Amino acid sequence: MTDQTAANIAPPDRPSALSRVREIVFSSPLVFIATAILVLIALSALFAPWVVPHDPVRLQPAVRLKPPSDTFWLGTDAFGRDLFSRIITGGQISLVVGVLAAVCAVLFGLLLGLLAGYIRWVDAVLMRMVDGLMAIPSILLAIAIVSLWGASLWTVLVAITIPEVPRVVRLVRSLVLSAREEPYVEAAIAAGTPTWLIMRRHLVPNTLAPLIIQGTYICASAILTEAILSFLGAGINPETPSWGNIMAEGRIYFQINPGIVLWPGLVVSVAILSINLLGDAVRDALDPRMAKRGIER
Amino acid sequence: MSLLEINDLRIALNGEQDKQVVKGLNLSIEPGQTMCLVGESGSGKSLTALATMGLLPPVLKPIAGTINLKGEDMLKASASRMRELRAVSMSMIFQEPMTALNPVVRVGQQIEEVLEFHSSMSKSARAKRAKEMMEAVHLPDVEKMYRSFPHQLSGGQRQRIMIAMALVMRPQLLIADEPTTALDVTTQAQILSLIRELREDQGAAVLFITHDMGVVSEIADDVTVLKLGEVMETQSVDNLLRHPQTDYTRDLLQSVPSQVPRLARAQTSDNIVLATQDLNKTYGGGGWFSRGREVKAAQDVSISLNKGRTLGIVGESGSGKTTVARCIMRLIDPTSGKVMVDGTDIATMSQKELKPHRKDIQIVFQDPMRSLNPRIEVGQSIIEGPLNFGTPRHEALKRARELLELVGLPASAVDRFPHQFSGGQRQRIAIARALAMDPDVLVADEAVSALDVSVQAQVLDLLAELQERLGLGILFITHDLGVAAQICDDVLVMQYGQVVEYGPAAQVLGAPKQDYTKALIAAAPGRHWDFANFRPFAEAAN
Repeated sequence: MTDQTAANIAPPDRPSALSRVREIVFSSPLVFIATAILVLIALSALFAPWVVPHDPVRLQPAVRLKPPSDTFWLGTDAFGRDLFSRIITGGQISLVVGVLAAVCAVLFGLLLGLLAGYIRWVDAVLMRMVDGLMAIPSILLAIAIVSLWGASLWTVLVAITIPEVPRVVRLVRSLVLSAREEPYVEAAIAAGTPTWLIMRRHLVPNTLAPLIIQGTYICASAILTEAILSFLGAGINPETPSWGNIMAEGRIYFQINPGIVLWPGLVVSVAILSINLLGDAVRDALDPRMAKRGIER
Repeated sequence: MSLLEINDLRIALNGEQDKQVVKGLNLSIEPGQTMCLVGESGSGKSLTALATMGLLPPVLKPIAGTINLKGEDMLKASASRMRELRAVSMSMIFQEPMTALNPVVRVGQQIEEVLEFHSSMSKSARAKRAKEMMEAVHLPDVEKMYRSFPHQLSGGQRQRIMIAMALVMRPQLLIADEPTTALDVTTQAQILSLIRELREDQGAAVLFITHDMGVVSEIADDVTVLKLGEVMETQSVDNLLRHPQTDYTRDLLQSVPSQVPRLARAQTSDNIVLATQDLNKTYGGGGWFSRGREVKAAQDVSISLNKGRTLGIVGESGSGKTTVARCIMRLIDPTSGKVMVDGTDIATMSQKELKPHRKDIQIVFQDPMRSLNPRIEVGQSIIEGPLNFGTPRHEALKRARELLELVGLPASAVDRFPHQFSGGQRQRIAIARALAMDPDVLVADEAVSALDVSVQAQVLDLLAELQERLGLGILFITHDLGVAAQICDDVLVMQYGQVVEYGPAAQVLGAPKQDYTKALIAAAPGRHWDFANFRPFAEAAN
């Protein structure tokens, strides 16, 4: 007979958050390299004023469009500004936009998704609006918003966040719809738990793992969108260096100094690739089904 | 020579010696024989079947022993040889007929597919053979059914298709892994008699895996009892049921709920704690955004439950028994009718008005794996309700410890997470959570259906004890007539949302008036056996 005593209750075996992070980072050499690159880009952007060899906005007409040299490691642009310093500094805008857009999109999406998943009439109205929003290409929508309110860091952020929200709403809604059918949620209803507490205690935790993963993808896509907007001239003020800006300005001098476009392009690609790799690693770590498939492979 | 002979089979996790899940199993089946493998979850009965078919998941590896089918060792056979043997020499049917068929291929084609791979028949011959086979498993209107998709068939019909697929090549060995567990009791009876009939027609041997002693008594010639990967005993079915050799088998048999209604108990209180009047729930119908057929999930259900009594709602799937429970709990809103909890009608209350009445009525669900939030400690789950009603946290936690002890778990369990408990233990925690509100009524929605029979007996005992001690009224929803007979004072039988019969258990289950109730009772497997006393009921009467 199955023994119902204390003896066969296993001891607690919850890994700490730190060991989870360590597990993800060291899950494969590729993920470790990706993490290292991201940390490097983030730190250099954060401490840009102390790291850069030259002032990234100082115009030096004497040294326009110089090839790479000992003084200017990646050469200079059409105004004689040091390309290397500009790329390091440009990371500030890109990373801020990426991280903030991801956080905002996830938070708004979580809120709206919870409402849509839990309250029937909200679902009917909100999801139609979401469908409408998704029908508009995100770049077009972003350009429209920026041209409506003028280019600044905040409008760019809003313009990038809004098109990302619908995807999060859909994700959260589907997770909530299946989670609210769980008997433990019904038990909470039967216990008289208020709706907001049911959401906080029983529904939100179920959405966190997929949301973190989605967040990394949004971060990558926001960095890209910001670069595209700046490249199209609909982004941040051209005086502030951002990866997109640098490429946009270098476009007409491509044949003289292709590095102006290629170097920031390379940094954008590597950064996005790294974020996506990290996102995949987080997904593998948080989704037990993926882990199981890993064993069978 | 035996058709199938398994010698000292050992299966281990990752092939590691000390992680054996099947520990030296011996088994032999003669042609035309039905061998039942019986055991609770984790006994290794399904693994034995999968090993024979060469279908073990990669993490589980046979590390010793032989499986000889007609003298050929299945464990040494190559993958392509196994493919040849499957369907031709041996075939298997599974528990879940809903997922075992390809949903986008017509069922006739799925049967033909087997012939396509394993025979050189022409297309027209294959179609003819498939239809013959569908006739043989007694499917109605074969021409039409041949062109149907799986979703157009009922569960029982799908299981018949599965059996037709398994037997179309006339294999000498049919392995049936809990083939009737997902089916209603009347359908189960039909499938069991079909398997019996086909075994006789085709002369095939059957390895029948089940956890249900009732099914064993209906279908087995011989029985092998497994526990945690070890063979307890092998005997002919009559000997096993009359003279079990091991304590384990004896306990297992004594845990089987008897089909005989419990002795009537005197009513101790006139206090009606739960009643419904003409409760209706209708789904679908015309709406602004939806058009569709109206489904009357519950029609004019009137019940009344006194303090300290147990009322059973019995029915097959789709009978509306769970709908009634959910209406009573106000997890869904009834279309019309009254739900009286302690004399107050809660059927049309708003959620806010309802809150003070929530604590009077609590529910325990079927699936112990899903009824506790996996992310929070069980203590937090238990005190959730009391906290909502203003009990201070330390007081609620103290009560949670007491309740855990009351349901037979250590008080220290409050700090642990649900995954650290077995199914039966979780069900105890769910009961403790319901009791934390000091309810007058406990609704148990198939609360023991997902549990092994020995654990089921323990949980039923616990419920009876708690009822005795706390004077709970219990609304017990079940598909299992044996369980209903064991614990219910009154029984209500439902079919297609309607009440078929309602009255004292002794009357409804002992001397049913309605044909449907009679059919249900007649279909219950093992109803002739008094398992607990190791004899058929017929002998007890003499």
